[in-house]
Amino acid sequence: MSTILIIEQILNGLQLGIMLFLMAAGLTLIFGVMGLINLAHGSLYMVGAFAASTVANLTGSFLAALVAALTAAAFAGALVETLIIRRLYRAPHLDQVLATFALILIFSEGTRLVFGSFPLYLDIPSALAGPITLPGGIAYSKYRLALIVIGLVVALGLWCLIERTRLGTQIRAGENDREMIAALGVDISKLYTIVFALGAALAGLAGALVGAIQSVQVGMGEPVLILAFVVIVIGGIGSIRGAFVGALLVGLTDTLGGVFLPELFALFLEPGAAQRTGSALASMSIYILMGAVLVWRPSGLFGARA
Amino acid sequence: MRIHETAVNTAVLLALLSVPAFAWWTDEPFTITLATRAAVLALAAVGLNILLGIGGLVSFGHAVFFGLGGYAMAILAFHAQNYTELNLGIGVIDGTNSMPVIWLVAIIVSAITACLIGLLSLRTSGVYFIMITLAFGQMFYYFAISWSTYGGEDGVSIYVRNQFPGLNTLDPIQFFLLCFGLLCFTLFVTARVQRSAFGVALNATRQSRARAEAVGLRPVRLQLVAFALSGAITGLAGALFADLNRFVSPSMFSWQLSGELIVLVIIGGVGRLIGPVIGACVFVALEHLLGGLTEYWHIALGAILLGIVLFGRGGVLGLLTGQDGARV
Repeated sequence: MSTILIIEQILNGLQLGIMLFLMAAGLTLIFGVMGLINLAHGSLYMVGAFAASTVANLTGSFLAALVAALTAAAFAGALVETLIIRRLYRAPHLDQVLATFALILIFSEGTRLVFGSFPLYLDIPSALAGPITLPGGIAYSKYRLALIVIGLVVALGLWCLIERTRLGTQIRAGENDREMIAALGVDISKLYTIVFALGAALAGLAGALVGAIQSVQVGMGEPVLILAFVVIVIGGIGSIRGAFVGALLVGLTDTLGGVFLPELFALFLEPGAAQRTGSALASMSIYILMGAVLVWRPSGLFGARA
Repeated sequence: MRIHETAVNTAVLLALLSVPAFAWWTDEPFTITLATRAAVLALAAVGLNILLGIGGLVSFGHAVFFGLGGYAMAILAFHAQNYTELNLGIGVIDGTNSMPVIWLVAIIVSAITACLIGLLSLRTSGVYFIMITLAFGQMFYYFAISWSTYGGEDGVSIYVRNQFPGLNTLDPIQFFLLCFGLLCFTLFVTARVQRSAFGVALNATRQSRARAEAVGLRPVRLQLVAFALSGAITGLAGALFADLNRFVSPSMFSWQLSGELIVLVIIGGVGRLIGPVIGACVFVALEHLLGGLTEYWHIALGAILLGIVLFGRGGVLGLLTGQDGARV
């Protein structure tokens, strides 16, 4: 076990964590402001990836593909919010779950209808292809490093938006007291549409960025969505800071567990059994982490005390 | 209203019985298999309905118990079919192909797992509860995929259906009657539970937790018992489902299946005794009829579901009896 491998895996974990943050930030924002649990967030991730892949194949430009992903996901989000989601804000959670589950079915099968069942591919832009040598002689994928940087920049931008702008003030006010902010003359339904579209755009961006290292296919969003739920449960619902810390924790645990648990078991089990036990436990590690956080703090690390 | 609902209940069960009876007479085994599928899914949804309808807890991870029941059957039958021993860590046992034993194991394993998941997830409520049950479902899904002893991602095939004393389980109509009998028995038990002191207390907890606590009930304990009972029934259904297909795979643990189980309960009518049975029959019929027309039938299912959520609470039973379902 070399230091280089460890650093490489930590970077991989950070990359996964940062992408999870893009998903979780939107989910937690939507829950915090509108009180809505949105299962269809994974579908918006998928919409972003498909839009990026289509535009990249047409134009050959990765930047255009990213813009397309952001636009398509934000547009799909705004459309769905205006047509359906808007009616669910005051509904019980069961109704929200069912309606957004129905949206997943419609989005997934609709995409399959248009694009077929075969995965699409999105190429890494040539400027970011190949490895880069980091200080200390570690060769690491340029693109994955770029993902970490982009994610951090977006996180910083999101923080500025929420803490430093007028829109951000309205969003924070909306989290605290819906009636009061409406009484103060803020167009609450427009604010809700904007917040939903913003969350959707973040999901779409994540879908496009990850789509270049995995394949773009129907159903790609839901495993990420469920990981993002784990992130939110760990971080505390409604807290963007919690989503950030939770996402990094989950990303690192998942990646490092997959590599090191089999090695750990190899110390006292025979190789085959160690591999089996290690990888089985690794697949459960983030849920064990979630269970531990729940025992310690039922409302998450940064959640308001329920 | 009570008489009205009893009449509906009897009619639904008779309808579910008459379809395979007719198919048996005209010798169409595939229709009998479809009816068996409906009965087994109904049983799974009856289990979920105890937690969701009476307890008001939205579990988005009930596939865990369905899958556990399935894998309990697959593991026991796998060792029986290969004449190998099953090492439990604390001792070695033989596999079995006796249904009653498999059912018992499925029920016990599901109930214990439900208690463990319940202990963790009932520390929270509302949206947290939904997300956590969903996450635990995914945990079992990935565990099943990485468990290479029992086929990993490919699952396990069992070549001969397991045995029930005095019946030929390979005969579709006899296997249907077995599943149908278990469904009726479970419905009877559920009706008794619903009217028992426990059922009334659980219902009170759903309607107002604060008031239930104020009169001295212990909500978490009631919900935990409901969780275990609900998980056990869904686990039994999982074992039957595995025997119906003679195959299990990690997809029995998938989040889609958890979602579909909720859909079954909602289509029929939340918190109504016979609701899940109606839901399962409608679902299997839609799957068969629409699925025959187009492979994209899930779009139609999604649209129907949206319609029910946005415009008609109470599902099919709500339409029939003019009452809304339980508020969850």
